[in-house]
Formats: sequence, C-alpha cells, structure tokens
Amino acid sequence: MTAVYKREMRSYFTTPIGYIFIALFMVVSAWFFMSYTLQQGESSSFGSYFQMIIIIFIAIIPLLTMKLLSEEIKLKTEQLLLTAPVSLAGIVMAKYFAAFTVFGGSFLLSSFIYYIPLVLYGNPNAVIYFCCVFAVLLVGGVFIAVGVFASALTENQFIAAFSTMAMLVPFVFASYLNSYINNEFVRNILSALSVTSRYVSFASGVLDWPAVIYYISLSGIFLFLTVRVLEKRRWA
Amino acid sequence: MIKVEHLVKKYGDRYAVNDISFEVRKGEIVGFLGPNGAGKSTTLNILTGYLSSTSGKAMVDGLDILEYPMEVKKKIGFLPEQPPLYLDMTVREYLNFIYDLRKCTLNRREHINEIIRVVKLDGTENRMIKNLSKGYRQRAGIAGAIVGNPEVIIFDEPTNGLDPRQIIDIRNLIKELGKDHTVILSTHILSEVKTICDRILIISEGKIVADQLTGNIDSELRGNRRISVRIDGPSDKVLAELKKLHGVLYANIGAQYTDGSATFLIESKNDMDIRKPMFHMLAKNSWPILLLEFPGANIEDVFISVVDETEHEHEQKGGNKKQ
Repeated sequence: MTAVYKREMRSYFTTPIGYIFIALFMVVSAWFFMSYTLQQGESSSFGSYFQMIIIIFIAIIPLLTMKLLSEEIKLKTEQLLLTAPVSLAGIVMAKYFAAFTVFGGSFLLSSFIYYIPLVLYGNPNAVIYFCCVFAVLLVGGVFIAVGVFASALTENQFIAAFSTMAMLVPFVFASYLNSYINNEFVRNILSALSVTSRYVSFASGVLDWPAVIYYISLSGIFLFLTVRVLEKRRWA
Repeated sequence: MIKVEHLVKKYGDRYAVNDISFEVRKGEIVGFLGPNGAGKSTTLNILTGYLSSTSGKAMVDGLDILEYPMEVKKKIGFLPEQPPLYLDMTVREYLNFIYDLRKCTLNRREHINEIIRVVKLDGTENRMIKNLSKGYRQRAGIAGAIVGNPEVIIFDEPTNGLDPRQIIDIRNLIKELGKDHTVILSTHILSEVKTICDRILIISEGKIVADQLTGNIDSELRGNRRISVRIDGPSDKVLAELKKLHGVLYANIGAQYTDGSATFLIESKNDMDIRKPMFHMLAKNSWPILLLEFPGANIEDVFISVVDETEHEHEQKGGNKKQ
C-alpha cells in the first residue's frame, strides 16, 4: 500500500499535474478570498469564501483523480498491481490518500496563508475559521472518493474527469435546488445528497459530528464501490 | 508445484477456457502453445490471480489461488502480454517500486543490481522507460517479473514483437532462469517452445489437445513423412516417375525455376524412407538432385495437424448432435 502511495505522490510531481493543480488552486482561491473576504472588509465574512471554494473543487479535483485508475487500466499496469500481493482495498486507499495529500496539503497551506491578513487587519474567530477548514477538508475527501470511483469506470482520463464533475454537481447544488421544490419526498432526497447544507453548522463554529460521520461514510461508500468495480472486472 | 484441475472460464456464453487440467513440476519449463485466442492468456491470467475462474481449481504449491491469493501471488512473478510498465519511471525506480509492492525482504541494492545484470539492462537502468526501445521495455518487464526471486515465473508471449537478435537473447535469458525457477511461457511461435521448453502443452479452443515432452513431440505427433526435393529435369516426367515409387502417397510440383529445375513435395508413409529408391530412380534418368529438405520435420506442421484434428472432431461432434 505504501509503495502505491509513494508512486502516486511521485507521479504527481514528475508530471505537470501536481503543479498545475496547486498553481490553479492557489490562484483561484486567492482571487476568491480577496473578493469574498478581504474586499468585503469584514474579517468574519470568510464563510462565503469557503462555500465558494467548494464550488471550485468541482472543476479542479478531477485533475487530481482522473488518471488514478484509468491510466492503470489503459497502460495495463493494473495487471502488475492486481497480481502483486496487495489487496484491492489497499490499492484504492493508497490512491485516495495520495490525491488527498496533494489536495489537503495545498488547501491547508492556503488556509494558513489567508489567515495571516485576517489576524493582522481584523479580529477573526479562530474556532469558526478552522471549523470551516476542517469541513472543507472533509468535503474535499468526498469529492476525491467520487473522482477515484469515476476513474475506475473508464480507461479514458477525460471521461473520468467529466463524469466526476457530473457526479459532483448534484452534491453541491442539491441544497440550492431544495428551496424551489415543494414536494417533501424530493426535498428529503436532495438534502440527503447535499454536501453543502451540512457545511452550515461548521460555519457557525460547531463541530457537527453527524455531519463528520456523513462525510466520512460518503467517502467510504465511493471507495467501497471503486473496489467493487475493480473486483467485477476480474469476474467479468 | 502448479496444479490446475478442470479449470473453466466463461465470457457470457463463450468458453475461453474449457475444462483444462494439467500439472507443472518444480523446475520445469513448460510451454503453452496455441493459436491466437485459444485461451493461453486467460489460463495464465487465472493462474496469477488477475482473473477469476468460472469453476475449477488452480493451485500453486498446494495453495488455492482463490483462497490464499496473497501467499500465491508472492510465489509468482508474471510478465503479461503487454508488459505493465510505468512509462514515467526509470528502470531502477520501476524495479524499486515492484520491490516495495511485493514486500521483498532480500537486500534491496544487491538484489536489484543483480536483476539489472542478469536481464542485461546495464546502462539503461537510469533512463525513463518511455524512452526505451521495445526490446529493452520487454527486458524491463522480465526484470519486473523476477523481482523478489519468485519460485514460479510466468511469461505471456515474452518475445512478441522483438527482432530476431532480441528474441534469441530473451530465449537464452528464459532458459537461464529456468535453471532455478519453475517457468511457464505461452507463445504462438512454435520453434520457440521447442528451443526453450522441457514440455509442451498445446491448447486450442480452450482445451488442452496435446501434452508432450519436447523431445517426443515431433515423432509422436507427426503423421506422414514429407520431403521437398529440387530436381533438375523435365518436371512432368519427373513427377510421373516420383508417383510410381513405392510408398509415395502424394507428390506435386512446388516452385519452378528458370534453370529448368523444380521443387517437388513428396509425402510418404511414416515408416518408409523413400530417399534411396528415389535417388536410384533419378540417377537412372540422370536427373540430378539439387536440394533435399524435410519441411514436415518441423513443429509447425505438428501443431497445425493437432489443431486441425481437434477442430475436425468438434465439427463431427456438432454434426452428430444435429442428427
């Protein structure tokens, strides 16, 4: 498992993908942080910044996840992994954590950097700020799991990326859609899907444990499905 | 060492492998021979745990691959049909990765240097795999398969797409590895198994149709004796005389040359040597022999005849069912 993790990490930084992701993420998040928080002039208004950053994830997390399994399938290197004494779950987890490390690393770094001007020129609530950071990390974890799942379904990286985006859109926009719908049943389904509505309590500085469990188990479900997809290829 | 019992693999309604049983003893080099699509790769993929079987058992060292996948996979080194190479790694990085992946316990530096030496990758070990030629990529694949010194090494078409020089190198390498490993290799190139393997399993349409020691395979499976002779003489008359010889079942003209000579293909009964009577006949007519060959003495014909026979049997069985 560590071998696969190390290889993935290495591959992010021997190919341009890792650098592109970090650069893109830094530029866009800095821009959003400036326009949503700094230019508002209120040090406490970072809540909307974190909400915006989740929307950006739809576009950039597929960059990290699209090739994780699809490329192995295309180059047939999966054959090396699947005939090595490593479990399927181990392979999938290694790949998940590799993507999560790059994502989490750059997100945490940016969050600490953006905290500095807030402290220097304002009076931010540290608890709320880092609750938000924690929540966004968890949401990112879910998105990466969805991306890993999508990349197991195809050998084409672009199809993997676009289907990840397609799957992420309902997660993010379900709660926005909710306010337009009257039917109780449909609203329940939408709120079960909604990753962003659970984010609200974090934004008020509460560590919402049910939401934490929701995020972690949602990631777990997609990773489990990924293992099943790989398993099914064996039995096909 | 390896025991396969009644292995079946179905893709939908089609049998890729249909009730295969065989055994490979420790230290043997066994060749899997068959036309494309016969089920060679499928069988090997099941043995290595990449695919699962529909029914039947595959055991390595007494351990069932489905029940003890981890233990079995540790014992097997595998080179699939397309070498599983990470193009963005150097050869040394790649071997180190496999070393970690297979959780090896040998001395890392020594072991990997040894492999690089044995597979003759010296000088290329720090180059990116994507910049290597096909031959070196194949070597890198073989190197990957022997990391950790597995007891069993399985090669799926190891010389596919290589040039003749590389083919000879790889064959020698496999022979060398066969001295202290159990080796299974698949190929559709027939001379290959003959030069490398101790034993040959011929597989056709998902079934094993022959299981022979390499030394026996020609004489045991060959039907009629065939020779090809180039004779300088009036071809019609020569042919007529050849057909009159005792024991000749069939004779025909092959290539005709501008100097007036022609190649004749002659088939005779297996227990008859027609060369001497043919010589006397030709000498009497003063038609000199320019060349004499045994085209039938190669494994290609054996193979084709075995495969044809089974196909023929299948047809007959199918015909019977219809009746």
